[in-house]
Amino acid sequence: MKEYNFAYLDEQTKRMIRRAILKGLAIPGYQVPFASREMPMPYGWGTGGVQVSAAVLTPDDTLKVIDQGADDTTNAVSIRRFFQRTAGVDVTEKTGEASVIQTRHRIPEQALREGQIIVYQVPIPEPLRFLEPSEVETRKMHALEDYGLMHVKLYEDISQHGDIATAYAYPVKVEGRYVMDPSPIPKFDNPKLDMAAIQLFGAGREQRIYALPPYTKVVSLDFDDYPFQPTKADHACALCGSTTSYLDELITDDAGGRMFICSDTDYCATRVEDAA
Amino acid sequence: MQIQTLDGGFATPPVDAAHAFRAIMTAMAQPGTIVTLAGAVPPAPVSVAAGVALLTLCDPETPLFLGAAQDNPGFRDWITFHCGAPFVTAGLAHFAYGTWDALPLDGFALGSSEYPDRSATLIVELPELTNSGAVLRGPGIKDQAHLSLPDVAMFQRNAALFPRGLDFIFTCGDRLAALPRSTRVG
Repeated sequence: MKEYNFAYLDEQTKRMIRRAILKGLAIPGYQVPFASREMPMPYGWGTGGVQVSAAVLTPDDTLKVIDQGADDTTNAVSIRRFFQRTAGVDVTEKTGEASVIQTRHRIPEQALREGQIIVYQVPIPEPLRFLEPSEVETRKMHALEDYGLMHVKLYEDISQHGDIATAYAYPVKVEGRYVMDPSPIPKFDNPKLDMAAIQLFGAGREQRIYALPPYTKVVSLDFDDYPFQPTKADHACALCGSTTSYLDELITDDAGGRMFICSDTDYCATRVEDAA
Repeated sequence: MQIQTLDGGFATPPVDAAHAFRAIMTAMAQPGTIVTLAGAVPPAPVSVAAGVALLTLCDPETPLFLGAAQDNPGFRDWITFHCGAPFVTAGLAHFAYGTWDALPLDGFALGSSEYPDRSATLIVELPELTNSGAVLRGPGIKDQAHLSLPDVAMFQRNAALFPRGLDFIFTCGDRLAALPRSTRVG
C-alpha cells in the first residue's frame, strides 16, 4: 500500500477523470473526452474501466470484477489484484455484496440496486465508428441527432439476414437523445441497462467516458415490424439448470461434444449451492 | 498571507477526496438527493460543503469564477493555496462559486452542440437546502424528487437547452445537492 497513492492514480489525474464523470452523468449517453493515462496493462485490457474505477473507489468499497460474467478469468483476476494492492479495498465475487463492479462485456444476472456502481470496459465507445470513420463527422452527427445511418445498418441486417443480426454492442438511444454503444455486452443484457445502479463507461485507448444515471430511459434501436429481441442460446445451464440466464457454449471434446453453462459464474455457483 | 489560509484543507487528500467525490457523484447522478460532506474547513462564511466540493473538483486546470459577494482576498488565498485554480471572468470559467444573486447566470459557457461538456459547473451557496418545493423529473430520478431551488423558470430554460446547459451544485452548511441540465423542473 505504501508504494502507491490510494488507487494508483495521482490526485490531479483523478480530479480530471472525476470531472469527466460528472459531465457524463449530466449528459447521459454523451461521450466526454478525457486525458486517458498509460496504465500498467495493455490497451484492450480495461485501461478505461480501471481509470474510472480508480477515480470512484473509496477505502470502504467492496469490489467485484468480472470478465464475460466470470470472476475467475485472467482479466478479472489481474484487475481485482491490482486494486487489492493499490487501493487496499475488500473484494468479493458476490454480486449482491459488491459496492463497485467492474465488468468486461456482461451485466450480472442479479438485478443491481440503488447505491451500487457498475463500471464497463469499453473498446470502441463510438456506436457510429464502423459506419463513419471520421471523428469530425460522427461528432457532427451526434450534435445534429442524425442517426439515420444507424437505422440503415440495422435495415441492411434485416435485408441480408432476415433479422437484425447484431448480437452484441447493440446500439441504444438514451433518454430519446444520444445513440450510445453499451459496450460489447450481448443484446440479451440490453433490457437491464434500465437499472437502479449508476453505470459508468470508460474507454482508455479512445479516451472517452460516458455514463447513465439510475433509472435513465434506455431503448434498444429497432423497427415497428422488427422489434428488438434479446436472444440467448436455447438451452438450460448444464450446471445449475437455469433457463433464464445468458449461456456460454463450451466445446468439450473433438467429436462435437458441447455443453452450455451460465456465463455469470456467481449466479450459477449460488444456484448450485442453494440447490445442494 | 494569514495563517488560516494554510488551514482547513483535507487531512488525507486521497481518501478525503475519494469520499467527497462519491457523495458529489451520488448527488449528480440522483438529482434531489442531499448528501453530507466533511473534511475541509474553508474560511467563513463559505460552507463546509462548498469548500469540500472546490477541493475535490478544482485544480490549476479549472479556471474559477467567484461571485462578487464571495470574492475576498482571504478566500482567494485559501483557494490558491489548496487548489491552485486560476481566477477568471464568468465567460472563461469551468467552475463558479457564489450565492444565487452573485452569479451572472447569462455569462457562463453553455458548451457547444459538438462539445456540450465544455460548459460551466456552478457551485451555489443557498441559505437553506431541503427536499421540498420544485418537482424534479428525469434521469437519475425514479418517479419524482423535490428540491428547494432558488428559481424555477431559470432551470426550465436551462433544461430546454439540453444537451447544452449549465450544471448546478447547491451547498448549505455541510449538505450538498446537484441539478444537472438533464433534469426537468416543474
